[in-house]
Amino acid sequence: MRSRNMRRGLAAAAALASAGLVLASCASDDDGGSSEASGTWPGDGKSECSGLEQLADFGDLSGKSVSVYTSILPPEQEAQENSYKLFTTCTGASVKYEGSDQFETQLVVRVKANNAPDIAYIPQPGLLKTVVDSGQVVEAPSQVADNVDEFFGEDWKGYGTVDDTFYAAPLGASVKSFVWYSPSMFQKNGWEVPETWDDLMSLTGDIAATGIKPWCAGIESGDATGWPATDWLEDVLLRDAGPDVYDQWVNHDIAFNDDAVAEALDKVGAILKDPKYVNGGFGDVDSIATTAFQDAGQPILKDQCALHRMASFYAAQWPEGTKVTEDGDVFAFYLPVTNEDFGKPVLGAGEFVAAFDDRPEVAAFQTYLSTDVWANEKAKSTPGGGWVSANTGLDEANLSSPIDKLSAEIFQDPDATFRFDGSDQMPSAVGAGSFWKEMTAWVTGESTKDALTNIENSWPSS
Amino acid sequence: MTATELDTIAPQATGSPGGRPRSAAAAAKEGLSGRLASVIALVIAVLWTVPTFGLLVSSFRPEEDVKSNGWWNIFTDPAFTLKNYSDALNGGASGEGLSTNLINSIVITIPAVLIPISLATLAAYAFAWMDFRGRDVLFVAIFALQIVPIQVTLVPLLSLYVDPPFNLMPLAGRDAPAGGLYELWLSHTIFALPLAIYLLHNFMRQIPGELIESARVDGAAHVQIFSRIMLPLMMPAIAAFAIFQFLWVWNDLLVALVFSSPEVTPLTVQLVSLVGEKGQDWQLLASGAFISLAIPLVVFLTLQRYFVRGLLAGSVKG
Repeated sequence: MRSRNMRRGLAAAAALASAGLVLASCASDDDGGSSEASGTWPGDGKSECSGLEQLADFGDLSGKSVSVYTSILPPEQEAQENSYKLFTTCTGASVKYEGSDQFETQLVVRVKANNAPDIAYIPQPGLLKTVVDSGQVVEAPSQVADNVDEFFGEDWKGYGTVDDTFYAAPLGASVKSFVWYSPSMFQKNGWEVPETWDDLMSLTGDIAATGIKPWCAGIESGDATGWPATDWLEDVLLRDAGPDVYDQWVNHDIAFNDDAVAEALDKVGAILKDPKYVNGGFGDVDSIATTAFQDAGQPILKDQCALHRMASFYAAQWPEGTKVTEDGDVFAFYLPVTNEDFGKPVLGAGEFVAAFDDRPEVAAFQTYLSTDVWANEKAKSTPGGGWVSANTGLDEANLSSPIDKLSAEIFQDPDATFRFDGSDQMPSAVGAGSFWKEMTAWVTGESTKDALTNIENSWPSS
Repeated sequence: MTATELDTIAPQATGSPGGRPRSAAAAAKEGLSGRLASVIALVIAVLWTVPTFGLLVSSFRPEEDVKSNGWWNIFTDPAFTLKNYSDALNGGASGEGLSTNLINSIVITIPAVLIPISLATLAAYAFAWMDFRGRDVLFVAIFALQIVPIQVTLVPLLSLYVDPPFNLMPLAGRDAPAGGLYELWLSHTIFALPLAIYLLHNFMRQIPGELIESARVDGAAHVQIFSRIMLPLMMPAIAAFAIFQFLWVWNDLLVALVFSSPEVTPLTVQLVSLVGEKGQDWQLLASGAFISLAIPLVVFLTLQRYFVRGLLAGSVKG
């Protein structure tokens, strides 16, 4: 062996290799978790902080930070962050924002592992209940409860409440009860925006008589294919049978295939399954199942269809340069009611602010988000539009896009009864499973009775 | 035919007329180097490369072209831009770019490759050439750990980082040191060790015992045997494992999603949000994919020769 020529460098490599990882060190025990306010709030006397006097309760929060975990990604993320600047000015605390498209799964992982963020924006009441059951969500501070009582309806507060304890204030919102149409096309043909369900159906007949397929629809959405059809059913059931029956149906106090539901689904079928009425620009009834929901409304621009029921966020899907105004290329009207008994039911969605810590800066941020000041600040930070809140203190003048103004108008209408998207509240085996699949099967030919019975049978027995 | 081909084929040409049966290896070699086989190999290679080529072309096309027609239209209507790359790196109309995440990925990956290799070579040496009680049981236990799916360990591991026992320093949570880098390194190390130890142990077992015996006769102790005999001989195996581990850590999304904090998110996590909330910026995906692909490609090409080099090339000649 040529031991004389052995390289020294290898010994060094071995030394490096044997240097183990010693990560242990003593934990710091000085957590200083006092929740009492200290100092004067930095917003004292600043004109831009007027209206936020509640934040004075939390004292000087300079140097503190609040972590926020959400599913809201760019470009909306930037608008969110800009709207927190006023909070930093008035309290001194900063906000660490983290968005993830895996939010729903990762939040549960973090909560289970005791690694929850300070604040999470939860887009589903069902998920809120899951994380509250973990015992880590803290009750909303009294300032937040006061603001929600003042600025939001009872229905909204109810979705932030679990087992009679109020946890989460609403943040943003979207309206699902919209029918998109082309105002210029309506004007050209002398059609009028329908006020009742009967008007809607006779308008549908009139449009069909001109040779244009009146409706276009698409429910393809990858592994979530079918959800736009569930919204159709929820919307019509809410109008037909009223909010109480709707709640019972969502909570499974009545069977999924109750007669009221079957009746509502047949009303939907009178539009979606009539080959004379669909599917403008795409083909026959079956093409509904294969058309991506993002593309489904586009034929309106080419006069190939006249009506498309889809949520307010569809505004983002129109090509650049499309005029989304009441007298422009496209706009939306409120899906008419089938009877006068239940006022103006609104189907929609939104996020809720849940806190996992009760440090003063976290409570202060929760309070800030529940004020009318923040709602208006957020509206001003979103020049491109596409954001609205159910906060009644929101001034429509601050909203830039006409469709957002219309949404805000609907939320602030005293006759409006808000109901959250039902499939988001059902157990996921149904709400993100059989409900989607059976609605897809229903569109492509399954009978109303079979579809609803299959969903009822899939409801988990607990 | 080139000169080298003539060289290798020559012995067979003289051997076959003599009636000696050709070996299976020789038959396979002849079959695989035939003209037809070459054509088939070429076709497969082209078919396999076309999607990647399309992605590469797409990454240079302007946004409106990407969104309206396929990449093959460049042949009739060529238009190229570097805007996708600058947007993907520095942040486009919406959101942040990949440049900081590129650094994060490097900072995460290099220690996450070096730490498990250092530990695994030491452990593999002990399992292969040191006698101690319970060695086989311990080795089987480590081997068996490979069966545990990492998904079931994520939540318990994270809660261990947040609330460690014995008053140790928490590695995750609100005041995580270094923004949670340590937990990422440690997690990747934990997940890599069973396979690393098993692989390196098997390589080490193959080294002839005479080599070690003669070293012992010359008066070498374990440390010298390890550093002067084993490490040089193990280099190809270590490099091969380093490539696997590098690619695994670099491409990992699951571990990063669970353990990384916003300060240290790697490329893979940011790549997903690059397209925006409603997928409006998906033209950036192609260029983002090539940015994240560049570094593993360089690593693979530089370490590739270790795959080819024989494990024991000439080691027992002396």
